[in-house]
Amino acid sequence: MLVEVRDEAGNMVNDASGGERLHEVSMVVNGVHRSAAVPARRLLSDFLRHDLGLTGTHVGCEHGVCGACTVLLGGRPIRACLQFAVMHDGAEITTVEGCARQDGELGTVQQAFRDCHGLQCGFCTPGFVTTITAYLEENPSPTEEEAREAIAGNLCRCTGYQNIVASVLRAAELRATEPRTMEPRTSEPGTTVLRAAGEAEVSP
Amino acid sequence: MTTRSLGEPIARREDPRLLTGQGRYVDDIGHDALEVAFVRSPHAHARIVDIDVMGALDVDGLVAIYTYEDLQGRMAEPLPVLIPHPALTHGRTPCALADGEVNHVGEPVVMVVATDRYVAEDACDRIVVQYEALPPVVGIEAARAGELLVHDDVPGNVSAHMVQEAGDAASAIADAPNVLELDLEIERSASTPLEGKGVHARWDPDDQSLRVYTSTQASTSVRAAVAAKLELPVDRVEVIAPDVGGGFGVKIVHPWPEEILVPMAAIRLGREVKWTEDRREHFVSSAHERGQLQHVRVGFDDDGRLRGLDVTVWHDNGAYTPYGIIVPIITTTQLLGPYKPGAYRAEFFSLYTNTLIVTPYRGAGRPQGCFAMERTMDAIAAHLGLDRVTVRERNLIRPDEMPYDQGLVFQDGRPLIYDSGDYPATMEKLKKLVGWEEFEEYRATARAEGRRVGIGVACYVEGTGVGPYEGGFVKVETDGTVVVATGLTTQGQGHQTVFAQVVADELGVPVERVVVTTGDTRRFGYAVGTFASRAAVMSGNAVALAARKVREKALRVAGEALEADPRDLEIDDGEVRVKGIPGLSVPLSTVAVLSNPLRYAFDDEAKRATQFASPADPDKTPVADGEEPGLEGTGYYSPPRSTFANGMHAAIVETDPDTAEISILRYCVVHDCGTLINPRIVEGQIHGGVAQGVGGALYERMVYDDAGQLVNASFMDFLMPYSTEVPTIEADHLQTPSPLNPLGIKGAGEAGVIPGAAVLASAIEDAEGIRIRRMPISPSELHHLREATAE
Amino acid sequence: MKPSGFTYYRPETVEEALGVLAEVGPDGKVIAGGQSLVPMMNMRLAAPGCLVDINRVSGLDFARVDGVRGAAGDGHAVVRVGATARHADVERNAAIRAAVPLLGQALTHVAHPTIRNRGTSVGSLVHADPAGELTAVLALLGGSVELRSVRGTRTVGADDFFVDLLESCVEPDELATAAMFPASDGHTGSAWVEVARRNGDYAVCGVGALVTVDDDMRITDARTAYVSVGPRPVVLDASGVVGDVTLDNADWGATGRWAAGQLEPGEDIHATAEYRRHLAGVLTQRALRAAAGRAAGHRTGGSSGGNGTTGETAAARDHAGRGEG
Repeated sequence: MLVEVRDEAGNMVNDASGGERLHEVSMVVNGVHRSAAVPARRLLSDFLRHDLGLTGTHVGCEHGVCGACTVLLGGRPIRACLQFAVMHDGAEITTVEGCARQDGELGTVQQAFRDCHGLQCGFCTPGFVTTITAYLEENPSPTEEEAREAIAGNLCRCTGYQNIVASVLRAAELRATEPRTMEPRTSEPGTTVLRAAGEAEVSP
Repeated sequence: MTTRSLGEPIARREDPRLLTGQGRYVDDIGHDALEVAFVRSPHAHARIVDIDVMGALDVDGLVAIYTYEDLQGRMAEPLPVLIPHPALTHGRTPCALADGEVNHVGEPVVMVVATDRYVAEDACDRIVVQYEALPPVVGIEAARAGELLVHDDVPGNVSAHMVQEAGDAASAIADAPNVLELDLEIERSASTPLEGKGVHARWDPDDQSLRVYTSTQASTSVRAAVAAKLELPVDRVEVIAPDVGGGFGVKIVHPWPEEILVPMAAIRLGREVKWTEDRREHFVSSAHERGQLQHVRVGFDDDGRLRGLDVTVWHDNGAYTPYGIIVPIITTTQLLGPYKPGAYRAEFFSLYTNTLIVTPYRGAGRPQGCFAMERTMDAIAAHLGLDRVTVRERNLIRPDEMPYDQGLVFQDGRPLIYDSGDYPATMEKLKKLVGWEEFEEYRATARAEGRRVGIGVACYVEGTGVGPYEGGFVKVETDGTVVVATGLTTQGQGHQTVFAQVVADELGVPVERVVVTTGDTRRFGYAVGTFASRAAVMSGNAVALAARKVREKALRVAGEALEADPRDLEIDDGEVRVKGIPGLSVPLSTVAVLSNPLRYAFDDEAKRATQFASPADPDKTPVADGEEPGLEGTGYYSPPRSTFANGMHAAIVETDPDTAEISILRYCVVHDCGTLINPRIVEGQIHGGVAQGVGGALYERMVYDDAGQLVNASFMDFLMPYSTEVPTIEADHLQTPSPLNPLGIKGAGEAGVIPGAAVLASAIEDAEGIRIRRMPISPSELHHLREATAE
Repeated sequence: MKPSGFTYYRPETVEEALGVLAEVGPDGKVIAGGQSLVPMMNMRLAAPGCLVDINRVSGLDFARVDGVRGAAGDGHAVVRVGATARHADVERNAAIRAAVPLLGQALTHVAHPTIRNRGTSVGSLVHADPAGELTAVLALLGGSVELRSVRGTRTVGADDFFVDLLESCVEPDELATAAMFPASDGHTGSAWVEVARRNGDYAVCGVGALVTVDDDMRITDARTAYVSVGPRPVVLDASGVVGDVTLDNADWGATGRWAAGQLEPGEDIHATAEYRRHLAGVLTQRALRAAAGRAAGHRTGGSSGGNGTTGETAAARDHAGRGEG
């Protein structure tokens, strides 16, 4: 039974909102004020990826187990697939894009992954990078066993985790030698005043 | 001198992009695309009585709904049987949308296109499909009984029955002084890449062309399939595998229904259309593997040497056979491992069940074969009271017996001839690495502490690099960049690095200057795909051959410029130099300019190649006879047959005497995949494979209930290991180059997973003194085995 | 796996939240951490018409120890956890860990740290998943939950709070504002042990134990609580089985076997009922022994608290992992 919904001119009908009430949601993402109007049910993961265009945050299961969508909320890792964007209006979020250095070079954890071959397909990697970035803030010099525990809530199907464990230890090492310049980015160059939540939108 | 790159553990070229969130996976493409969701069968076996879409029509944002009735022409025909085989007498495939009957939970019935996925799912919820339930066939035993049928016209549920024999196994076993029989079982698991499948299609009505991005392991073949199904000229279709978030086999199957339905919708609607498979869909509508029952009959002498081996396999192929019978063929041929079986007979029945299709998952039938052979080796050792390694050593093929013909036909239709390998040396290395000789001492110490430990060993041989061919294209740009393209795809194996290493060395340029593209039909049109541990062997050699052509041409062109004999030239660090004369050289970038005589100067480099730039010999054509413009070359590698990698694993486990929990204390790997292009990447492949082996042995299974419902279709209950479940892997390797290909490479992608179930079964059996005949095993199952043994 | 649409409410005071809940009735659902609710919504197993987000409700994010011994009159301290306090807030609170060590011991087994960063302790109680560690902790400690609605406030003890599988006694118009976990007296040791298929998974079986001794090291109280052995958390009073003995003379093995006989666990894809019962017996013994050890530590001034895991596996891995071969 063919159904193709067209208007009188024969064009495809495209009601982007799906008729739902939209909520204006503003966040400071990687130090930049971002905002978009979305339905209440828009998951934070989809908001970041599709409304803000930050596709570095990946979606692997949408039931909170795999950890690919892990982002930092006020510095703490959370699963973006288990949150509605509207709940975090006004929040400060860091994604994998924000874990790079201000000059665009690899951040500490990212560099460690490269040094240790801590990634293969790269799909789970953003969740590991954010998780480890937060973890090292709390425990800057983990043992190997602690490093393994630290990543125990994220699934990877490629690496067998061994090189990710090594990456955690390597990141701790890099962090210890370059603590200042390697910190995760909290503000974008050129961004001076952040708008308060609810003010005029900055288009994504 | 340029540092030699081949064999070096250099960091990957693709990493900076992937690490900073700049990767491009299918769902990252097509921001404004319409999105697709499917109504899928909730029944394992049913007839479709009616589909009522009326309720969905008032969903705001709905764009289109398609059912089987809306499929036209070849779209309405069943999907192809990709790998036909004479033994596959009853191959069956579904249509892209169910045509009247569904044969497994998750089979697509209705396709919905909407403004976004949320809305598409809303519409799906409101579509009412009436089914008339049919009795489902679930499990190999039910399929084998044949009382209920999956397909009415397939008697006994048998899609294929095949026998291969080398020698007279029956009499060899009958004449043997010892005979054992084993019944074995291995359960279903699945590739389960972190990224599910996904398809994005864009139709350009002005250009009458289609561009498809799909998360596939075989973009060229998807292109051919899409063109065939949609009845488009192939050159109007381009298919690109962008960054792919893991494959492990499941993405080699094609065309998936979605891979032709999404382009169909894009053409009909004149809009970009995208489908991103979610995790629940992936569990019930992609593919599984592994499930087999096996019966082994083995005859052997009093030293444990095999006289004859007779194996019967009942293979669960699920509801359809789009990928043919590759998996059971591999099981029954690769089962032999590094051993001489005496006479061998293998028979398999490939059986339909009302469950998800079974197609290759990393290892592709080998883990099951390895399990059968290695359980048999342990059983022989136990029967004779011999050391388990000793029995294996007595049966190993020796290096001086290479090449060794097992007398069977392999999965590529070619003879099963092992090309090279030193199995006894591999075993020696493994024994040292794990401390095989010292284990009894350790066991005694542990026992004194009230701890129960065991050690296991398992060996495999893996046919890698199956044909028919791969190709490579290498071009030196006028800025000195070397662009490389090969048609096979990448799912995280580091091809952008390893192929660059190969070309850099062949051409004499720094690896940083080489840029590799894979899996993009716009860049390279002829390819087979990434599966069967073949990428490094096939495309590695193909790009090497292409680079050699470019090198030869560069030497010819530079010879003209330098007025030197090409035989006196060498290329190093991107410069063609006259050997022994410092300073007399020309950069490859200039050679590239010279190799393409131009009329028009579009930039400074080009200016040097135009007609008045320098005096030319008026008697010569601008493009020399027999030459073509451009410093580029294409090469193809087509192997005579597979090359055989090998390896051996050992594991030490501890079982909790009270809770029956199983912990892996050590996991050791010795492997030989010939020449290593990048040892770090190979090691990463081993690690990942072992983790999947551990998963398949102790955690992962697909649990169907009697109604054919997959009851653990989530990451909550399908237990993929976390970091805390995977042991630290200790690895060592040998390098026995393959004599079959120019670089001496053997494949490495699947190796790690193959002996997982076998080695852990061996170790648990050793710890417990209880026969392990079925994997995976959970603490609950081990507890019950203990209870049964105690009775 | 995208949720159905809903109307979103974001009250900022308790009163406002109660008003909304009263208005939307059974169609409404409270969201705090969302770690159990959102997966169900993504799978469309739950599709509430109205979602009441209480994360901005002021005054609910507390996690503290009230009524320090002697000061509150009843001689017992109580840990009070507000509706928006995260598991991580409770787990990391040193005063709470000191007052009710069992909370910290159990919380380290609740999923993974990232989930605990967002998931709320009160939310997991209301969710009433009998595999959720906190249900058994509340039951074992004899804790309670404070429920408020426009109709009033009531405090419900654990016994009455958990009704059935995934069902607590919270009425649609009620908001669970806080949970109370009373501290045991100073002569009590506690432990949490569990076996899960993977680290961080719901337990196949999990056991919490409390053992109290008097000044002469005689056991005055021994109780256990279980997750994943039935539709509700189960508490067993083993005092009578252990008998009036000193710690040294306790037969924890027999107690474990007794406990196993008291339970009626079910079967799922990860474990048979029989294995679960067996496991409950083994873990009862381990939990009681560990708790008793800590009770003795209290009496002799040794260290208390700490992690409740048995730790054998990790120790064993260490043992064999080094220098072998």
